[in-house]
Amino acid sequence: MSMMFAPRLTEAAAPTTHAAPTWSPYDNNGGTCVAIAGEDYCVIAADTRMSTGFSILTRNYSKIHQITDKSVLASSGFQADIRALQKNLDARHQIYQHQHSKQMSCPAMAQLLSNTLYYKRFFPYYAFNVLGGLDSEGKGCVYTYDAVGSYERSGYSSQGTGMQLIMPVLDNQLKSASPLVLPLRQSTTPLSEVEAVDLVKDTFASAAERDIYTGDGVEIVIVNRDGIRHELMDLKRD
Amino acid sequence: MFRNQYDTDVTTWSPAGRLHQVEYAMEAVKQGSAAIGLRSKTYVVLATVNKASSELSAHQKKLFKIDNHIGIAMAGLTADGRVLSRYMRSECINHHFVFESPLPVGRLVVQVADKAQVCTQRSWKRPYGVGLLVAGLDEAGPHLYYNCPSGNYAEYHAFAIGSRSQAAKTYLERKFETFMECTKEELIRHALFAVKESLQEEELSSGNCGVAVVGIDEPFIVLDPKTLQAYIEALDSGKDEMQTMEETGTDDRQSSQVPQEGTGSRGISVGASEDTPTDMET
Repeated sequence: MSMMFAPRLTEAAAPTTHAAPTWSPYDNNGGTCVAIAGEDYCVIAADTRMSTGFSILTRNYSKIHQITDKSVLASSGFQADIRALQKNLDARHQIYQHQHSKQMSCPAMAQLLSNTLYYKRFFPYYAFNVLGGLDSEGKGCVYTYDAVGSYERSGYSSQGTGMQLIMPVLDNQLKSASPLVLPLRQSTTPLSEVEAVDLVKDTFASAAERDIYTGDGVEIVIVNRDGIRHELMDLKRD
Repeated sequence: MFRNQYDTDVTTWSPAGRLHQVEYAMEAVKQGSAAIGLRSKTYVVLATVNKASSELSAHQKKLFKIDNHIGIAMAGLTADGRVLSRYMRSECINHHFVFESPLPVGRLVVQVADKAQVCTQRSWKRPYGVGLLVAGLDEAGPHLYYNCPSGNYAEYHAFAIGSRSQAAKTYLERKFETFMECTKEELIRHALFAVKESLQEEELSSGNCGVAVVGIDEPFIVLDPKTLQAYIEALDSGKDEMQTMEETGTDDRQSSQVPQEGTGSRGISVGASEDTPTDMET
């Protein structure tokens, strides 16, 4: 009998290798989203270009969805998944309204969005979300997410293909002192609403220069105590 | 209604061809406090008599929003009604999710009726003990339906259910031909007058009644007490109308109900006919 010191891996026992997938359930339709929280307002913006690969599908697609009177969701990524996610949240919000006779607050919606995303942890929504609105005290709030629901409340955020170009600019303009430094300063920006909108327009114009997936136009939504306002600005179409 | 040997199971027919359990369920509706519905060319109004079980408690909710374009008023076992309204809301939300359009009222009503029918043909279930007045809008216009515990449903120009509903029905029968051209305010007035009939001696106030309205371009809302009180106070200016009715007298011996189909295709009765020889309504 031959001595066997270690069982040799035979062909049959070798681990199988996956062939390169021929089909992906996902596509990236590109685009960038930004949100800035103010003392009593919130600005949410997203470009209006929808692309696939190196082609443009449309120059006029809205990535912004108003869920409640006080919450607005901007998402970049795979727009089919994003549409399904929006419809899901709308249905859940309807149920909440029937049960509680009132609308969801922005922080509550933020938690719901996180749970909804994590629910599909093993087949995620290809959505990079920024949720903006007013909290129950009327102060601006911005929540930023990854694809599986990890989220954080902050004073400002950006997501999408132009995120790397925009985020440093926002950090430079809006970043407040560390929360470890006393006295504690607000996470919302001291900018006025008009200044914040101008900043958003500048950041998109800049991102559109270098990010090929960002351009055509930017849709800006402003939420404040008087309600919700829309603005549209053209961007470079190249 | 007297007990007999064929009424223990819902699945047992009586020799006369009746399902007594189903009829007893309809009796539960007649025992509940009144609910009234009426419609015009552009609005549907629902009104309820709200009875608190004691002075210490708040009154039962009998008006429920189902969707922006549909709402219900109920009479009978309101717990059953609550469960049905949860089902109706869920159906509306699911339909909207798939089709991105509002669920047509007639379709929802059939679904509820089918759900109610199941309970009349299972030995381990009991019929729902609640009657629903379903008010809603669709592309064809405003609609008012009545869903019965028997699984029957029919469309109405105006209807009243629950205890002392006959008084309200008499008022509605007298007036329904004018409803189509009514404005929203006039329709609410008629609804309140009808409720007044059901209340009889009691003073009408926002504490003992409820009103809900749905209209073209107006989502279903239950009027808040303040608005309701304002309408009630405005009724007094039309007091002579009330007195004319009292002189004519209400006819409690009326056996006919008020199913008025506008066109022949609507108002289809499915299952046990409404004309089953049930007792005369009180």
